[in-house]
Amino acid sequence: MSGVEKRFGGVVALGGVDLELRSGEVHALLGENGAGKSTLMKVLSGAITPDGGECRLRGELYAPTGPVEALESGVAMIYQELNLAPELSVGQNILLGREPRGAFGWIDSAEAEEKVSRALAALGGGELSADSLVRDLGPGQRQLVEIARALVEEAQVIVLDEPTSSLSAEDTERLFDVVRTLTKRGVAVIYISHFLEEVRQIGERFTVLRDGVTVGSGVVSETSMDELVTLMAGRSLDEFYPHVPHEAGEVLLELDELSGEKLPRRASLSLRRGEILGIAGLVGAGRTELMRALFALDPVRSGEVRIGGELASAKSPRARLEQGVGLLSEDRKGEGLALDLDLATNVTLSHMSPCSSWGWIHPAQRAAAVKPWIERLGIRCTGPSQRTGDLSGGNQQKVALARLLHHDVDVLLLDEPTRGVDVAAKVEVYRVIGELAAAGKAVLIVSSYLPELFGICDRLCVMHRGVLGAQRLVSDWTEAEVMTEATRGAEVVKA
Amino acid sequence: MNTKRLMALLGPFVGLLFVVILFGALEPSFLSTRNLMTVAIQTVIVGLGAIGMTFVIVSGGIDLSIGSVIALASVVTALSARAGLPTPVAVMAGVTAGGLCGALNGWLVTRLSIVPFIVTLGMMGVARGVAKWLSAEQTVTPSPEASDALALLASKTATSPGIWITILLAVLMALVLKRTVFGVHTYALGSNEDTARLCGVPVERTKVWIYTLCGIFGGLGGVMTFARLSVGDPTTAIGKELDVIAAVVIGGASLSGGKGSILGSMVGALLMAALANGCNLTGVPNFVQEILIGSIIVAAVAVDRVRSSRR
Repeated sequence: MSGVEKRFGGVVALGGVDLELRSGEVHALLGENGAGKSTLMKVLSGAITPDGGECRLRGELYAPTGPVEALESGVAMIYQELNLAPELSVGQNILLGREPRGAFGWIDSAEAEEKVSRALAALGGGELSADSLVRDLGPGQRQLVEIARALVEEAQVIVLDEPTSSLSAEDTERLFDVVRTLTKRGVAVIYISHFLEEVRQIGERFTVLRDGVTVGSGVVSETSMDELVTLMAGRSLDEFYPHVPHEAGEVLLELDELSGEKLPRRASLSLRRGEILGIAGLVGAGRTELMRALFALDPVRSGEVRIGGELASAKSPRARLEQGVGLLSEDRKGEGLALDLDLATNVTLSHMSPCSSWGWIHPAQRAAAVKPWIERLGIRCTGPSQRTGDLSGGNQQKVALARLLHHDVDVLLLDEPTRGVDVAAKVEVYRVIGELAAAGKAVLIVSSYLPELFGICDRLCVMHRGVLGAQRLVSDWTEAEVMTEATRGAEVVKA
Repeated sequence: MNTKRLMALLGPFVGLLFVVILFGALEPSFLSTRNLMTVAIQTVIVGLGAIGMTFVIVSGGIDLSIGSVIALASVVTALSARAGLPTPVAVMAGVTAGGLCGALNGWLVTRLSIVPFIVTLGMMGVARGVAKWLSAEQTVTPSPEASDALALLASKTATSPGIWITILLAVLMALVLKRTVFGVHTYALGSNEDTARLCGVPVERTKVWIYTLCGIFGGLGGVMTFARLSVGDPTTAIGKELDVIAAVVIGGASLSGGKGSILGSMVGALLMAALANGCNLTGVPNFVQEILIGSIIVAAVAVDRVRSSRR
């Protein structure tokens, strides 16, 4: 692709992008949200037509008019949100819309079976059965089904858009194995990711986009992390975790052997004002369940919660909010935000009393209440009345965070606060968390991204299969110790 | 944003305008004051129902029982009037009967967590059955004085109280939907119930109120029905729930919730009434009417789809 341009009205989404992809390589496409990655991929998949520049595939001019034509030319997209039918089998999903037809429109089952098994074999094997229902598969295996779909059509170029954002470490490893198998067969892979560590692991060459322009490209192994971050954000790694001085005060939140229906199991912790406590662990260890049980979203089986030294029971999130506890959901789209509604509604939904009287809302007061948060968090939007779903992922996350700030809760439960958020927005989120602690709030963070926990937390603990380990100062941990405890539990570590 | 909102209302407005101009050209008497008042009167019952239904649909629910509730309320009003109760008390009785049906709907939806479609499908049968039971399966005819007092509501003059009450309630409820905490909670429920719960919206309580509100408006529709017919009829308004839902959907609401407006629903109700009236005046057979209305429902949603996919 060279000099590709795309304008939407007055907005230049792509202002001249160059990207060179060689067969058999993993090419990392980097850039913050809004840098133009998605637009570029839409050009590649034929969803939109560029206003300038050209794409060539094996030397020939490539200008697909739609996803089907792109796929026929050998270019396949695997999107963040998977598009599978959960009630159908793996085999049916792989062939969906491309079932080999026999006489009278009956499916040619022999050929279908052959196609499916060939596609599954190309993945390098074994574990996926063509007959199992997609509903029963984990997110990692679903991803593999998507890739198998692309392989049926003998795709030469496969684009993976944030493939690991919902995968566990194990599934990620497995995905990498598959990617390596594919590249050995000469398939070229474009790998879009926010996780620079992953890019270093799997990527061979990279291209960085910023503001719709290619700002750099090269070989991953010859480029330092610092350089990549600087290219993407125009800032260096040292500024990544801005340190806002804060000091721990009196104990605000105490959990005493809190147990949920299944997870967590007898979790105890204490959290002080002005303190940031991080919980590490594998996906499925029960960290989210702990947050939800604590916030009264999920039932609590036993155990006590004390806030400010007093026993605080709660039957609903509403009661918790009244006690000054707020939760940032890990599932921004499914639970965290009402995407159809405007920004002002989303920010004020939990706490409308400051901008209403007798149940009647004052629109002007509400807009005035929301605007400071837009400015302080740097939410890029047209104003409080913009539809939340039209914002980028990072900006949506800031809206969800703004709700907790607007509610002015004392205890913030942040579940994966930077998931799907670009580098610049991450730094902003870290800064806000630091400022909250400095203002005497207590912050509990669950994150699957270890460097982040080490970067911003005061104390750290690990959850393993629903059991919460001891909380220690961050300086008393090493990343290796955390990983060991996360995968094998605290007892093993002690022994 | 405001221009966007206006754009969303444009479709039904254009449709209404088109129908009015078309029949105006075909049959000049369509545009006579008297006939326009007839159209307005014919809109009242569906319009009242659509006000309540808009809340339910915006919250992501559905109420299939409103036709039966209208019949029940008309019977209860007529029975109360026949028993010699003063007219305002009879009206209150009808409206209360509707509200109780709605409250029961809301209670079942939230307490037993059964989907609204099933709960209100059940209520559709139950309310109809109770209406027939109370009236011994006959129309209920109160004394002429009692029915005359209410017939005033449905008079076809420019001062017809029925029309003005409906307009007033529509304006009031439009404000409630857009400008109150309850209204915003209704939108939040329909847009994403999990978010609403996370934000401490009293999900159950809000839902019970929404269905109760819909029942109350069904009750008002029943009172209006009685005012028009001068009798309480347990077999009236069969299938009316679908007209009401159609009005709301033509007005731009989405059955998956989070979208819709009272103004849109009112335009939808007017559009259907104007079409039915125009067809009658010009002698278009009934079946053509049904085909037209069916097509308009689908077309309205299709236009909406195309518009939102272009965003």
